[in-house]
Amino acid sequence: MISFSLGRFSAVLIKEFVQMRRDRVTFAMMIGIPIMQLLLFGFAINSDPKHLPTLVQMDDSGPISRAVLASMRTSDYFDFIGAVTGREEGDRALRDGTANFVVVIPRNFERDVLRGLSPDILLAADASDPTATSGAVAALTGIVDAAVAQSLTGARQPEPRPAEPFSVTVHRQFNPESETPINIVPGLLGIILSMTMVMITAVAIVRESERGTMEALLATPVRPLEVMFGKIIPYILVGYIQTAVFLAAARLLFDVPFLGSPLAFFVGFNLFIAVNLMVGFLISTLARSQMQAMQISFFTLLPTILLSGFMFPFAGMPGWAQAIGNAIPATHFLRITRKVMLKGAGLADITSDMAAIVAITAVVIVIALSRYRQTLD
Amino acid sequence: MNGNAEFAISVRGLTKRFGDRTVVDHFDMDVPRGSIYGFLGPNGSGKTTTIRMMCGLLVPDDGEGECLGYDILTQSRRIKEHVGYMTQRFSLYEDLTIRENLDFIARMFRLKDRASRVDAALEDLDLKDRADQLAGTLSGGWKQRMSLAACMLHEPSLLLLDEPTAGVDPKARRDFWDEIRRLSAKGVTVLVSTHYMDEAVQCDFIAYIAYGRRLISGPAREIPKIIGLHTWRVEGGDISALEEELRKDERVGQVARFGPVLHVSGTDKMALDAVAQEQMKRGTHEWTAREAGLEEAFIYLMAGARDNFAGAGAAR
Ligand SMILES: Nc1ncnc2c1ncn2[C@@H]1O[C@H](COP(=O)(O)OP(=O)(O)OP(=O)(O)O)[C@@H](O)[C@H]1O
Ligand SMILES: [Mg+2]
Repeated sequence: MISFSLGRFSAVLIKEFVQMRRDRVTFAMMIGIPIMQLLLFGFAINSDPKHLPTLVQMDDSGPISRAVLASMRTSDYFDFIGAVTGREEGDRALRDGTANFVVVIPRNFERDVLRGLSPDILLAADASDPTATSGAVAALTGIVDAAVAQSLTGARQPEPRPAEPFSVTVHRQFNPESETPINIVPGLLGIILSMTMVMITAVAIVRESERGTMEALLATPVRPLEVMFGKIIPYILVGYIQTAVFLAAARLLFDVPFLGSPLAFFVGFNLFIAVNLMVGFLISTLARSQMQAMQISFFTLLPTILLSGFMFPFAGMPGWAQAIGNAIPATHFLRITRKVMLKGAGLADITSDMAAIVAITAVVIVIALSRYRQTLD
Repeated sequence: MNGNAEFAISVRGLTKRFGDRTVVDHFDMDVPRGSIYGFLGPNGSGKTTTIRMMCGLLVPDDGEGECLGYDILTQSRRIKEHVGYMTQRFSLYEDLTIRENLDFIARMFRLKDRASRVDAALEDLDLKDRADQLAGTLSGGWKQRMSLAACMLHEPSLLLLDEPTAGVDPKARRDFWDEIRRLSAKGVTVLVSTHYMDEAVQCDFIAYIAYGRRLISGPAREIPKIIGLHTWRVEGGDISALEEELRKDERVGQVARFGPVLHVSGTDKMALDAVAQEQMKRGTHEWTAREAGLEEAFIYLMAGARDNFAGAGAAR
């Protein structure tokens, strides 16, 4: 530990770069995975899906009601595919997926608007796919508002005029708490980095023992730390490239904002890269073959996706799941990216998240070094 | 050099278990400095495992010893600095060129005049033309040469060579052994495992291991005596027919043919001499008693050689 040789460390580093350059498949994978994932998730990330199939239940047929429907129709969000006559019929369509929305204009809607009773328009939405519907839901109030306001100009002002001439009630069915879709992008970066960094590092290290080159390496006076850093640092660079590609694509393709401090992001991001590489190193000490390394990496990916808050809102998870989630580095990185990218946070706002990542890293390093063998045993 | 002046390697009771299988069992060995020490034994007998324990790549479960005066249990890093270990299986990087591989090893040993030493090594081993070829695209023999170059790069005072000439053509093997003898003359100690008789006979000392246990060891010349081998040399007549006949005779330990000559050997002198007497009475061939040579000893040892742990493995 004490006598660390820069020469040997840089030799391992150079070797690793040369090997990386010659291993076309892995190299392509390192760059390809973030782009592919972003594009795949892009459909879900697209927070503004348009032309969603909509059914209408017209229980009132006055001019204001028709005006509401007309402006919904022109808004791009809703494609009217037909009418239903009762609640059951609408529910069935939502359940079997033929429609994403059922708009219910209640009986006497027009009369109640004019009377200032603020009647309810009911929008029944299939929220089992929240990202698909929430944009439209958010837009609805505005659309209806404009339509009603237009119809009300002139003589037919309601007396007395209430603050809102009507209200829109949304029934989210099948998934009451829908997530804000924009959350997915910063989260996705965490997932992609967890996946590729951990796996590539683990595989690169296990490759030495699988191909037998570990024997020649260990027969030299090289020290574990020299090997560890020499092998890991090239992949930090890979993480940088992946992140740059990802952020650029997120900005260009999906208009994801970056509101906070770049410095805060940079620091948090480096910590996250470091912890992932250490986890990869740890996995390499557990796996006997590249295949095993890959499998263990994928195995760790599952809780990362499910319990980090990427998939489900962290606050909504049961206590034990939160406890596990807190031990997962991606959980904290997710918070960092969301805070920084979406909420405009600076370095001071993410100290607790960074501390958590540092703590996890320390534990992983201790375990990894204690497991790392300088022999072939 | 510190520690033991007489022996480059001196180990006692070296034991290694994998699971509940004892692969090396209380192995003792003394390798005099500057000698060429042949390490013989059938497949799976534990040669590679023993060598790995000597240079600190495996931790023995039991036993102790010194390598170049350094404790094999506690000073393996010092040992590695002065030992050149050539692994049995190719263990350099197939996706690096020959030069890159040698350069990498040179950096690992922190050699001063790296570039010139790598160049010299390439020159020595006729690898110059192929220096920029990826190691993975080399033929087996060339890979062996490159491994050898790599393990000698830092001018070690002890070479541990694990079947270094497997798959190497005869000329390259002769060159290789010339090199070994040259190094040995300069004071480098060489421990070399081999399955080849022509290599075994070039060694100063021999150890024979089977089932993880050292059965025989000593100066090469004395090995036949240690085994207790007696030999008759037979010439003339229809040698093939005689060979056939003697092979069926239970009193004869082994029959080795060298061109028109048979060497008939066995450890049971009485039985063997009885056969010779009978044959001499027939008078078809010329029988002369001779001292058993290392060739006979080698054949004798190898005849007992089957994959040592195969049976044990299958039984589990
Ligand atoms: N890492 C290991 N785990 C389990 N068993 C092992 C391990 N390494 C070696 N062995 C077993 O130990 C025994 C001795 O192996 P070793 O490689 O030392 O033999 P060897 O004398 O070098 O054979 P060969 O002439 O074929 O090279 C073999 O039965 C082998 O299967
Ligand atoms: Mg072997």
